[in-house]
Amino acid sequence: MSADPSQFDEPIIALRRQIDELSAGEADPAQIEELQRKLTKVTKEIYSNLTPWQKTLVARHPQRPYTLDFIGFLFEDWTEVHGDRKFADDAAIVAGFARFRGTPCAVIGHQKGRNTKEKIIRNFGQPKPEGFRKALRIMQLAEKFKLPIFTFVDTQGAYPGVGAEERGQAEAIAVNLREMAALKVPIIVSVVGEGGSGGALGIAVGDRILMLEHAIYSVISPEGCAAILWKNATAAADAAAAMKITARDIKRLGIVDEIVPEPPGGAHSDPPKSAELLAPYLERALHDLQKLKLPMLVEERYKKFRRMGAFEKA
Amino acid sequence: MAWFQKEKKPKEPTEKQVAIPEGLWVKCEECKAAVYRKEVEQNFNVCPKCGYHFRLNARERLDLLYDDQAYKELASNIRSGDPLDFRDTKRYRDRLKVYEQRVGKGDAVICAEGKIDGIHVVICAMEYNFMGGSMGSVVGEKITLAVERCIDRKEPLIIVSCSGGARMQEGILSLMQMAKISAALARLSEAGLPFISVLTDPTTGGVTASYAMLGDLHIAEPKALIGFAGPRVIEQTIRQTLPEGFQRAEFLMEHGMIDLITARADMKPTIGRFLRFFLNK
Repeated sequence: MSADPSQFDEPIIALRRQIDELSAGEADPAQIEELQRKLTKVTKEIYSNLTPWQKTLVARHPQRPYTLDFIGFLFEDWTEVHGDRKFADDAAIVAGFARFRGTPCAVIGHQKGRNTKEKIIRNFGQPKPEGFRKALRIMQLAEKFKLPIFTFVDTQGAYPGVGAEERGQAEAIAVNLREMAALKVPIIVSVVGEGGSGGALGIAVGDRILMLEHAIYSVISPEGCAAILWKNATAAADAAAAMKITARDIKRLGIVDEIVPEPPGGAHSDPPKSAELLAPYLERALHDLQKLKLPMLVEERYKKFRRMGAFEKA
Repeated sequence: MAWFQKEKKPKEPTEKQVAIPEGLWVKCEECKAAVYRKEVEQNFNVCPKCGYHFRLNARERLDLLYDDQAYKELASNIRSGDPLDFRDTKRYRDRLKVYEQRVGKGDAVICAEGKIDGIHVVICAMEYNFMGGSMGSVVGEKITLAVERCIDRKEPLIIVSCSGGARMQEGILSLMQMAKISAALARLSEAGLPFISVLTDPTTGGVTASYAMLGDLHIAEPKALIGFAGPRVIEQTIRQTLPEGFQRAEFLMEHGMIDLITARADMKPTIGRFLRFFLNK
């Protein structure tokens, strides 16, 4: 492995390049096969030993599948709708209706951009109040028509800007938390990339919470935590480790129900495969939740969040 | 010319230096005047010169609001267990010990039952001196228990927020307290019980983005800093200095986020009046 921990992917990239070069020339197929085997082994080794900070980088990888990618792979008849009917349409959150394995449903998720132009349009996946309010509007429509809700979480956090504050960023998130706790339809949450603080939680209160293997979920970004507690943003790797933000830790702390495996080189190495791996989890969650009758569904959701936290009694 | 011909006046004796006993005077953080501590205390910890509201600790807040300063503390036996074994430049559990010794064992909130104007209520008063009033599992559990108690006993709830937000040292567990408390508040609301959120300086981050903004009524103290993102974070994002008064209570009222701004001296009568409105008394 390279000395710089953020360059952990280098051996994989080097091997791939080597294979490509050999494949282009007249190389011995046995040699290529040998390299392929080596690549598989190295990839597996690297990706099963990622540090929390490396996982943060994987979770932010620009080729990682985003909400619209998952929707494209997993849902049929996707039709996006726009706006909060109050102020604007926030492109950092997409919302709409679709079918999942034939079942009509609402789908909501943070959306990041891949190139500069898209990133700006999507505001780097950082929602403003109108994004959370749009999400809630669609969730309430889903409740009205008794449709299950799927949400995809992938944001650094809610946008910290002047306009966002003026229009009540905190209020928008708070109302979503309260309303989602009581919605009378199943809510299935998938944390697919960055679960960044209140901006993530604002669409992440649900009955089943799934988390991709290399996704992170955190109360504040590692950089933010490092800046405050270590007084030094370069201590982000230490903060990432200390805050226990990896899927395994988050599951151990009782926050997510299941960890969804990713392809050997991470979701970004094979987005269709990543969606394929997520599909059975969504199917099972939907199947199980549709059997739950009201008011049990809402009661169970309450109990789920009621249990969260760790303290001692003196 | 007179001004340089003027003879120097003999030095007048300066005012006799009086030894001021430590803490007899306090400096107002707003108008910078030195004010007599007793006078400030008698004035609800508000500067008699400029009206600046000094921060109250949780017990002072409860004393201020409860009839005869009488209340019974709830769930006082809950302590943080350092679930992440968190360490930054110091261990979290060591920090906790220091705060418990310095501030008390109630973590960052004291919940208590008692009466306001003869009406039984539960008040949760946040304690800023305990790690910046940050919300971890203990704050989440204590407030949730308070909400559930209100539902059981059909009593109104008042939360006085004073907090920098979620507690980083408990990571994701702190974040989830926002959802936990908000879920409980959904039930309180469904039960038709009043919840008054009092926002004091400062109320930011995860506390604002959950219970502080879910009141039937939002009452702020004058000039309290209230927001989601801290002003420094916003300045770094937009790379501009923020205008005077941004994220202050008056700014939030102008933008429709709070119902009223009430000076501390009027806080108790105002809450009492609304409780009687809401309870149809």
